[in-house]
Amino acid sequence: MVTRGFFSGRRPPSDTDARIPPGQYLEQGFPVLSAGPTPRVRTEDWSFTLKQGPKPLKKWNWAEFNALPQSKMTRDIHCVTAWTKFNTPWQGVMIDDILADAGIEPPTAYTLALSFDGYSTNVPTKDLVTGKAMVALLYEGKPITSDHGGPARLLVPHLYFWKSAKWVNGLQFTERDEPGFWELRGYHMYGDPWREQRYSSDP
Amino acid sequence: MTAEPSPQSPWQAATITRIEKRTPRVTSFWFQPSRPFAHLAGQHVDIRLTAPDGYQARRSYSIASASETGGGVELAIERLDDGEVSPFFHDVAAVGDEIELRGPLGGHFIWEESDGGPILLVGGGSGVVPLMAMVRHRTLRNNAVPVALVFSARVWDEVIFRDELIGLDDRRDGFDLVLTLTREPARRPSDYSRRVDARMMAQAIKRLPKAPRLAYVCGSNAFVSAAADALIGAGVPAGPIRTERYGV
Ligand SMILES: Cc1cc2nc3c(=O)[nH]c(=O)nc-3n(C[C@H](O)[C@H](O)[C@H](O)COP(=O)(O)OP(=O)(O)OC[C@H]3O[C@@H](n4cnc5c(N)ncnc54)[C@H](O)[C@@H]3O)c2cc1C
Repeated sequence: MVTRGFFSGRRPPSDTDARIPPGQYLEQGFPVLSAGPTPRVRTEDWSFTLKQGPKPLKKWNWAEFNALPQSKMTRDIHCVTAWTKFNTPWQGVMIDDILADAGIEPPTAYTLALSFDGYSTNVPTKDLVTGKAMVALLYEGKPITSDHGGPARLLVPHLYFWKSAKWVNGLQFTERDEPGFWELRGYHMYGDPWREQRYSSDP
Repeated sequence: MTAEPSPQSPWQAATITRIEKRTPRVTSFWFQPSRPFAHLAGQHVDIRLTAPDGYQARRSYSIASASETGGGVELAIERLDDGEVSPFFHDVAAVGDEIELRGPLGGHFIWEESDGGPILLVGGGSGVVPLMAMVRHRTLRNNAVPVALVFSARVWDEVIFRDELIGLDDRRDGFDLVLTLTREPARRPSDYSRRVDARMMAQAIKRLPKAPRLAYVCGSNAFVSAAADALIGAGVPAGPIRTERYGV
């Protein structure tokens, strides 16, 4: 349906068109969205735990985690509130390298990412491994600020950005695909921006 | 050449039935959706504008009306001068226009009677919109839950819904309005003239019979950060604080 009188001059440059998923617009800034107050997690209090169901598999403190092999990922990110930001540069530990350090293969097909503020979000395990996702520690070469999820956030750039849990403190492998915080509140279980899977009613 | 949205499409055409200027920069638009529409206080809709070449712009707007009110869905839109969508509403949109809308959306920043109270609402500028829906819902349901609304605006004339809010405050039925003007002296004895801070939050909480069961904070990102920190500074635990950030 064409909207009467809407002739915006704002178009993404045509060479970038293919990088902007449907319904998204290009943002130069880096807006902040979250469900509650910003937790200020001190690195001395920080830890990261891998769990299978309720059972802890391995836990790292900040120094141990930072000693794991680190990789860089520069990716376009897509927020469900319709902005897309190109070329965001992150550095951190690939989920593959976290699993390798724990000496395990992914035990189940589904994962819940858990955060210090009680937030959680579900991601199929296959979307976290084989170089697809990391626990990011640096943004633009600097420690991630608390409003953007520091000291560490999950980065799953090929899904809508709420899946990239801020203030992450663990991954929990689950037998079933269990909805996390936003998924219980109407957001999509998978969240593929290219298929515009924003809300639970989207196919 | 209006293509009907397919039955499965979550988008629907809604007709603008009324437009009313609220403040120099905020105007309310009432939409009559073409399909049944029932929302919870605090939810939002997504709006999608389509140019003749197919280019689309989409934004979220909180619902200001309570579902009990007839006459359509009220959105209160602030004009950002170099924005893409808000100036379209202020300069172009007219009564009778059809706009594509999706919703109601959002399952976190909502207040239902079963959530109980007391509740503390903290809004900055157009961030008051979803809080207004909560206040209206409470009033129309004759709900007695104690509510304090701290509303920060730059100046008196930018206090959106001002007459309605002061009218509700005057009823003394458990709803308490606290205005804080950041660029003008306070007008009412119990109001403030500064940015929200922990002391102001502590004083707002004292107006409630007991500590808030839930606190809702909405506005620009900078406002929400400052107000949520102020609540924590006033001793409110993080758990009951719900935030809605307008992004920029
Ligand atoms: C859940 C939710 C609820 C909301 N509820 C409300 C509400 O009730 N009322 C309300 O008024 N708003 C609300 N908002 C904000 C709203 O969605 C829009 O962000 C707002 O109206 C601005 O949109 P815009 O298209 O006018 O501005 P945009 O075009 O998005 O620009 C925003 C600002 O960024 C600048 N800008 C960004 N990109 C460019 C560019 N390429 N060129 C020039 N300038 C640029 C502009 O200067 C402008 O001031 C809500 C947001 C969310 C997420």
